[in-house]
Amino acid sequence: MTATSAPDAPPPELRLPKRRGVELSLLVCAVLLCVYGYIDVGLSRNSAVPPDALRYGAGLGVLALLAHLAVRFRAPYADPLLLPIAVLLNGLGLVLIYRLDLETPHDEAAPAQLIWSTLGVALFIVVVVFLRDHRVLQRYAYLSVVAALVLMIVPILYPAVNGAKIWIRIGGLSFQPGEFAKILLAIFFAAYLAANRNALAYTGRRIWRLQLPTGRVLGPIVAIWLLSVVVLVLERDLGTSLLFFGLFVIMLYVATGRTGWIAVGLLLAAAGAFAVGTLEPHVHSRVEDWLDPFATIRAGQGPGQLAQSLFAFAAGGMLGAGLGLGHSILIGFAAKSDFILATAGEELGLVGLTAIFMLYALLVARGYRAGLALRDPFGRLLAIGFASIIALQVFVIAGGVMGLIPLTGMAMPFLAQGGSSVVTNWIIVALLIRVSDSARAPHPDTFDTGVIAPVFEDER
Amino acid sequence: MIRYIRRAAALCLLLLAALLVNAARVQIIESTSLDKNPANRRPAIARYDEPRGDILVAGKPVTGSKDSGQQLRYERTYTQGPLYAPVTGYASQTYGTSLIENTEDGVLTGTDPMLAPLPFWNDISRLQQPGGDVVTTIKPSMQRAAFDGLGGKRGAVAALEPSTGKILALVSSPSYDPGLLSGTGPPVKTEWARLNTSGGRPMLNRAIRQTYPPGSAFKIVTAAAALESGVVTDVDAPSGAPDPYVLPGTRTRLPNATDGCGNASLAYAIQWSCNTVMAYLGVKVGLPGMLDTAGRFGFNDRGLRIPSAVATSNFDRRMTVDQLALSSIGQFDTAATPLQMAMVSAAVANGGDLKRPYLVNRVTRSDGDTVARNYPQSYQQAMNPATAQQLQRMMVKAVEEGTGANAAIEGATVGGKTGTAQHGPGNSGRPYAWFISWAQAADAPQPAVAVAVVIEEDVSADRGEITGGGSAAPIARAVMEAALRD
Repeated sequence: MTATSAPDAPPPELRLPKRRGVELSLLVCAVLLCVYGYIDVGLSRNSAVPPDALRYGAGLGVLALLAHLAVRFRAPYADPLLLPIAVLLNGLGLVLIYRLDLETPHDEAAPAQLIWSTLGVALFIVVVVFLRDHRVLQRYAYLSVVAALVLMIVPILYPAVNGAKIWIRIGGLSFQPGEFAKILLAIFFAAYLAANRNALAYTGRRIWRLQLPTGRVLGPIVAIWLLSVVVLVLERDLGTSLLFFGLFVIMLYVATGRTGWIAVGLLLAAAGAFAVGTLEPHVHSRVEDWLDPFATIRAGQGPGQLAQSLFAFAAGGMLGAGLGLGHSILIGFAAKSDFILATAGEELGLVGLTAIFMLYALLVARGYRAGLALRDPFGRLLAIGFASIIALQVFVIAGGVMGLIPLTGMAMPFLAQGGSSVVTNWIIVALLIRVSDSARAPHPDTFDTGVIAPVFEDER
Repeated sequence: MIRYIRRAAALCLLLLAALLVNAARVQIIESTSLDKNPANRRPAIARYDEPRGDILVAGKPVTGSKDSGQQLRYERTYTQGPLYAPVTGYASQTYGTSLIENTEDGVLTGTDPMLAPLPFWNDISRLQQPGGDVVTTIKPSMQRAAFDGLGGKRGAVAALEPSTGKILALVSSPSYDPGLLSGTGPPVKTEWARLNTSGGRPMLNRAIRQTYPPGSAFKIVTAAAALESGVVTDVDAPSGAPDPYVLPGTRTRLPNATDGCGNASLAYAIQWSCNTVMAYLGVKVGLPGMLDTAGRFGFNDRGLRIPSAVATSNFDRRMTVDQLALSSIGQFDTAATPLQMAMVSAAVANGGDLKRPYLVNRVTRSDGDTVARNYPQSYQQAMNPATAQQLQRMMVKAVEEGTGANAAIEGATVGGKTGTAQHGPGNSGRPYAWFISWAQAADAPQPAVAVAVVIEEDVSADRGEITGGGSAAPIARAVMEAALRD
């Protein structure tokens, strides 16, 4: 024992790891993997490395590097897995589309997809650079919902494309506004629920063991339910309405913890889906097809799309035919968009398909992790919402093309051909990056927003 | 809120698990049945993705493959389709395959494991070998001689090398061009319908798939049975057969086409084709003895393949005595393929040692390496060498001074037997003209060729003139000359 002890040294400053180096090295791996896939397609199809392989690799590399720099300077604490997964999935999608283009020389989709991807990354950078705090979005909740409604209703005025009225065409460009509406709706849901969750959770009558909400707060859920049914009927788009409804139910549950809501929601959804599935011919035929994919074969009309898709998956087996060596083009229409997963399944096999599912699962898991780590309810609900959009969308389309659930026209996030979808997904990843940066940053602001769109003192 | 987030995450995990289980279901558990679904085009695409191996005659391919640019990429072509159709068969993207194209399909498409450089290589590498080639035993000059000899008349020719069993010519007439059936689409369907409804039945391979009553050509078998069983010990001794011969148990009198058959010797009966003597001897040998000998030549063998299945030649197992008498001269229910009758002739020519007939000499990889080869095999000892020698002498006599004079070749030993078979209800149909023969070059140690020719309903001749010696023997001679020429 010494009588005189030196005063304690001040504790070292807490250094939270930023993990930007991890992100960069993962990005390098992702880009190399995609370039390898691109070269592999060329080798197995033409026994030669594609002449523009270097250009393709450099292009993807530059995009990834720019996105990385934006994250490094503007969101240094962001989750390091999000960006590499997005780059890998987008690059893999480009490889698959390029591979399918070889079968349809008069209908090339890869160059357009590359342009859309570039635009997506640009918007990603814009969001990461200019949106400094996700809570700003809370102010625009009602603006968001109005914009979302407009975006969803506008396509009704345009002619149906392949049976679904989800496209609008301006000049030579066509895009699906419903894709952008997803983001806006998630923002609105998060803001509304963060503001009203206590009222929703603790008021209302209790019938047997179900805590039912009061009529006043029941309004929004009925409105959303009606909205999704309207979308379903008018636009014949089962997938999007399923997505909206699933998203709302999950966020509602996370916000309130009331299983009663889930029960009401599921009942309403089931009723709506059943009614439309029986009455609406386009949706009805999808359900029939799901129940028996081989009916058309027995009727002597040849295999339908779903049967061809199942054939493609089966042909892949465990290890797959190898990139460029499958025949998924037999699916015909929409082979590059809704059915892109069949090409992955046939040429990469169950192993490759599992890897792709795992990438999505990781993306969703990192979104949920950010949601858990955040302290403000709006941020939490926003993170959960975006992660759930990805999870639901993957489930709805992957389950559809593999015969698990009725097929609904939807894009596989990042993989499928479709400009609006790629751009939207990049924005979602940008928002997840922003949210995860707040979650992991060393000095979190600790204030709770109790009301919607509170009047802030300007933070800047 | 954290608890609810975790539960929502668990829901996402559940969705992921559902996707993975479903993927395993489609890609592993149900993959076999999906792969085999008849509506799945993949097996067909893979099958026609590479040029098909070729069928070779005398070292030259008589088949080819052309890139059609369609989804089913390579289509079969034939250099001389009608000439070799009874050998090659067809390989159609619409209607499947036949004959060698069918039996050697694994080799020609490259899926046969024996083409792989290592055992199980195809399974491990999941690569398909390039299609191998099938080398046939056919001799082009003989094939051509037989084809031209028939000249579009309904009939068939089969020629064997007696010492090995190699099939040297296999012709069926009228023939067709299998190349017209190769692809897909309406023209192929029209052609298929036309060939199948055509009166001449061009797609029937008469040489191995059609049986005819052999008529007098069958007398060689009866003679062999008589000699083997000891019913006849001296071929030049009187047989004791009356002329006309009343079928036992009936009042039917069996006539002869020629004179001098009363109590004639076996040698005379073969030379001049006496019905009475052979029916009488057949009855004396008895059903078991006749069945035994006919069986040794290949009658009633259901399993004969060359490698395509050969129609079963028939000699009834149960008969009354009068039926046996008729069967002994190749009538009643007795029926034989042209290949079967060529085997009869070949057995005599080869001293009784009947070789198993075969059409595929060897199978090679695409680079020409032989991976399998057929060697001559004994089919059965049809008779004693001594019996064979006596039959050879009698057949030579039939050509030199008897009914088969049209088959004689200068500078070679030729043995033959004519046949004119009645058929149809009350023998109303135009007769079938048969000729079976063998030929041995003067300086050769053994006969080089055995031939059977059949001509159906020879419309060019009057009914009375349709005889094996008249229309069939010249074709046999042309084929034998081609065989002896080199």
